[in-house]
Amino acid sequence: MDSTSVLDIGHRARRRTRSRYWRGGLRGSEYAWAIAFLVPYAGVFLAFVAYPVLYGLWMGSEASLYSELLSDPIYLSTVVNTLLYLAIGVNLKMFLALLLSGFFMRPGWWMKALLLIYVLPWAVPALPTFISIHWMLNGDWGLLNNALYALFHIQGPSWLGERWLALGSAIISHIWKWMPFWTVILLAGRMAIPMEIRDAAKVDGATGLHSFVHISFPLLANLYLICTLLSTIFTLGDFNSVTFVTGGGPANTTHVLATLGIRDAFDISQPRLGVAAVMSALPLMIPLVILLMRKLRTTEVQL
Amino acid sequence: MSAVTTGTRLAARGSTHRMRRAALRRRFAANAAAMALAAVLIVWSITPIYNMVMVSLEAEGDVFGEHIWPPKPSLDGFWVVITQGHWYLEYFWHQFGNSLYIGAMTTILTLFIGSLTSFSVGRMRVRHGRLVINAALLTYVIPATFLAIPFYLIMQHYGLANNPWSVIAANVAFATPYAIFIFLEYGRSIPIELDESARIDGATPSQVYLRIYLPLMAPALVAVGTYALLLAWNEFLYQFLLLSSKSSMTVPVALAQFLNSDEAPWNYMMATAIVYAVPPVVIYYAFRRRMAAGLTMGGVKG
Repeated sequence: MDSTSVLDIGHRARRRTRSRYWRGGLRGSEYAWAIAFLVPYAGVFLAFVAYPVLYGLWMGSEASLYSELLSDPIYLSTVVNTLLYLAIGVNLKMFLALLLSGFFMRPGWWMKALLLIYVLPWAVPALPTFISIHWMLNGDWGLLNNALYALFHIQGPSWLGERWLALGSAIISHIWKWMPFWTVILLAGRMAIPMEIRDAAKVDGATGLHSFVHISFPLLANLYLICTLLSTIFTLGDFNSVTFVTGGGPANTTHVLATLGIRDAFDISQPRLGVAAVMSALPLMIPLVILLMRKLRTTEVQL
Repeated sequence: MSAVTTGTRLAARGSTHRMRRAALRRRFAANAAAMALAAVLIVWSITPIYNMVMVSLEAEGDVFGEHIWPPKPSLDGFWVVITQGHWYLEYFWHQFGNSLYIGAMTTILTLFIGSLTSFSVGRMRVRHGRLVINAALLTYVIPATFLAIPFYLIMQHYGLANNPWSVIAANVAFATPYAIFIFLEYGRSIPIELDESARIDGATPSQVYLRIYLPLMAPALVAVGTYALLLAWNEFLYQFLLLSSKSSMTVPVALAQFLNSDEAPWNYMMATAIVYAVPPVVIYYAFRRRMAAGLTMGGVKG
């Protein structure tokens, strides 16, 4: 999932003129080979994706589970947290990534060096850094409060001891981890805008904001939309940030649906309730997935 | 009269000079702003990693101190990890091996299954290939976390609990869709005439796949292989749920075990975290160019 997104311009016209497939269809035993080549993936998909999906749907199909969830105050605060997590986490991250991808278009070797440092949060595995952030935010001996005291003589709060501060910390940690990835994707999208377009705009006197509003953004809008949709789904499934930064605490007030499902299934041994908690995201998930699949199928954006 | 024209000419020269100076000043201001933003980004990106390094260098008692650099930095923590000198770490190298094994198997299977599928769908254009693409697309947009509970229960049914193959199966299931997309995209840059001439010479599809398709796909294979390896190495939830015994678990699961105890040795934990994080970071930076080059080429050349 590196810098792979590309806006493919003038791609369709070429495709029509030249065949890219085996001419004359498959002959004789070739058809059997083609089917045989599909068997491994079909097997993996059916056994490890389709079956768990159906099994999960069956597990969460009892209506009583949902009334049980709705009477649980932890679940209700989890829904609020999840919506905040999506609204702030996704949009802030994507918007900053869009702006920063423009920043990284500046020429010069030191911008390239900076980009290498900037992608570090994404290159380092999630677990160690989230544990480190958890430790860093400790109110008594964490690096953040020590630094605040050393630099400004401010006594910082106990970041993970209060619901909103803790939730904010988890959201910021999520942004810290994933913003570099989306910046690189959007940067690749910007690079794919032909130089002639930008040069022509420059000759016509478009600079800065104008060039962004009238040139870059219209060309990037589709990519930005797809990235935002994908990021929403990925963020909905983000388990590590909340688990390791706040652990769902204090007192189970900072769970999101992904972590609450695992907690219900394994910490209090109610797998059905856990599945139901996760499945209550479906009303949001299904429209997103349909929209995204339609977008991904019809546009030439490759992630 | 002539004095006047000289005067205006001088004034004009002065104004262009002023304009040039203003432009210079503006460029200087832009550069200064860029520098400031760069400084902010460096601090933002580095701080949690710096904290990790700092804690790993601390002596056991100093972990709870109020400082921003260890008073007596030492590499003791790393020595304890390497020599498995703490009871949390008694299986460290074994667990490291487990992580490697899962990563290697995930990579091989993802490349194998992904390339076979994309060959059949993309080159041979098997009928109903679209169905496979939709299945892959659907898998790509389902968060893996959401399937964890039923997946865990099914693995219990299959008798694969505590078995690395359950984790490998999950990794392959979630990495293959991405592999298929990249291979389909990249495969478009390989002339179909190569396949055609081999067919005319009487090659079977398996020979075309092995002798023509795979060698020419090498850049995409490297890119996707790196992706699958990093995914398997960095993944946590499935390994945590599916591998519970000390001898079957992987490094990230062992790392999370530290958190269970009240008096976790944080310096050892952070040292473990660094030893665990270094290989993927090195691989990422070593293969970054190839990942990007292989993949964007697949996209651009169409």
